[in-house]
Amino acid sequence: MAAVDDLQFEEFGDAATSLAANPDATTISIEDPHETPKHQPGPLGGSGREEDDELLGNDDSDKTELLAGQKKSSPFWTFEYYQTFFDVDTYQVFDRIKGSLLPIPGKNFVRLYIRSNPDLYGPFWICATLVFAIAISGNLSNFLIHLGEKTYHYVPEFQKVSIAATIIYAYAWLVPLALWGFLMWRNSKVMNIVSYSFLEIVCVYGYSLFIYIPTAILWIIPQKAVRWILVMIALGISGSVLAMTFWPAVREDNRRIALATIVTIVLLHMLLSVGCLAYFFDAPEMDHLPTTTATPNQTVAAAKSS
Amino acid sequence: MAEAEESPGDPGTASPRPLMRDLKAVGKKFMHVLYPRRSNTLLRDWDLWGPLILCVTLALMLQRGSADSEKDGGPQFAEVFVVVWFGAVTITVNSKLLGGNISFFQSLCVLGYCILPLTVAMLICRLVLLAEPGPINFMVRLFVVTVMFAWSVVASTAFLADSQPPNRKALAIYPVFLFYFVISWMILTFTP
Repeated sequence: MAAVDDLQFEEFGDAATSLAANPDATTISIEDPHETPKHQPGPLGGSGREEDDELLGNDDSDKTELLAGQKKSSPFWTFEYYQTFFDVDTYQVFDRIKGSLLPIPGKNFVRLYIRSNPDLYGPFWICATLVFAIAISGNLSNFLIHLGEKTYHYVPEFQKVSIAATIIYAYAWLVPLALWGFLMWRNSKVMNIVSYSFLEIVCVYGYSLFIYIPTAILWIIPQKAVRWILVMIALGISGSVLAMTFWPAVREDNRRIALATIVTIVLLHMLLSVGCLAYFFDAPEMDHLPTTTATPNQTVAAAKSS
Repeated sequence: MAEAEESPGDPGTASPRPLMRDLKAVGKKFMHVLYPRRSNTLLRDWDLWGPLILCVTLALMLQRGSADSEKDGGPQFAEVFVVVWFGAVTITVNSKLLGGNISFFQSLCVLGYCILPLTVAMLICRLVLLAEPGPINFMVRLFVVTVMFAWSVVASTAFLADSQPPNRKALAIYPVFLFYFVISWMILTFTP
């Protein structure tokens, strides 16, 4: 049966339905020159939207390594080597951003959107935008909170931009590095089915930070309850993207270690957002709340915290 | 002085050049930025004098004359320089990595020259700040900076957009938008 399938040109739709019916069949897709025949459920090639519910492929690590070797064939001191990391079109970047905003249970961000074409454009410019969004929103929020105080003199606080840049870029590069090292180490002990390359992890982390850009802008609102609700929402969305991405990579491992890994990932994410909120945005004090009527709970909470 | 035959964008020419001709070239490019059309002058005859003059002017105007300048929190002279030049280099490298076929210095030239509207905005803001402070003062400055920001982005897009592959234009233009937005923010938040 598999041999007959090999010799026929498969339509994309047929491949998907036949593979869904028989996950072990081998199909060759002629549309994507990078793909090699392998036992893998799910359609290959560009339109990966009709992915079935399996999060893993059987030889995903091999495929990743093989393609990584195939793609980046230029030596690392040439310009072309780095161009391979920017080989994305506008619609692809938008799709990846959309994927980070709408985590669908059962869909793995890396498999669905990255598909062995990790880019550095998204992580770099999302982090840059986030740095300026946090610094500018923090500045604006402090200005609005202290408006009307006689002793307050507005300063642009430009040095906070460099601090924000250090924090965000360190998070976006060092945490993926640590996570990648950890996954490599566990992979040597336990044969994991899924392993990600370093750039794919950087890519996931970079795109998962996108939700914080509108969050930072909305943090201008000087209400503590609003800010904490925003923290929860943003953490929920980006945390779930990260958790669903890395769960397949650790779930073959010892249960405790797997859970500890996922919890650490989410915890670090929360630390980043809460830390930025605390450092860049002054606490709104009771006396300077705008004329919106504060509920008694908010008033008590604000009075306790100030 | 001998009239040299080489193009103004040619580095390493040994013969002396009249100062007036250089100034005229710079001034001509200023005009091209103020009335952006799809022309190749900025790209063909690139030079970095104009961007340097504009950057120095902007950085000087963003300085405060007060003695307690450490508490100001505004950008220092070197910080403005770093933001402008490092930002321009980053955008250029980004557009080349995306596959654009513009040369490094041509892109720096365009980005530097298109700061001209924002420098004019800075001048206007400083003049407006001589009047009494208040919300009207701020609204006027906000309006001026917004208009000049839009002008800068449109001008640089007119020159840079054609050199990008068509399905990545937005990816190459967005950093330009961010770059001029940050400069506009620095101008708008300037308090003497």
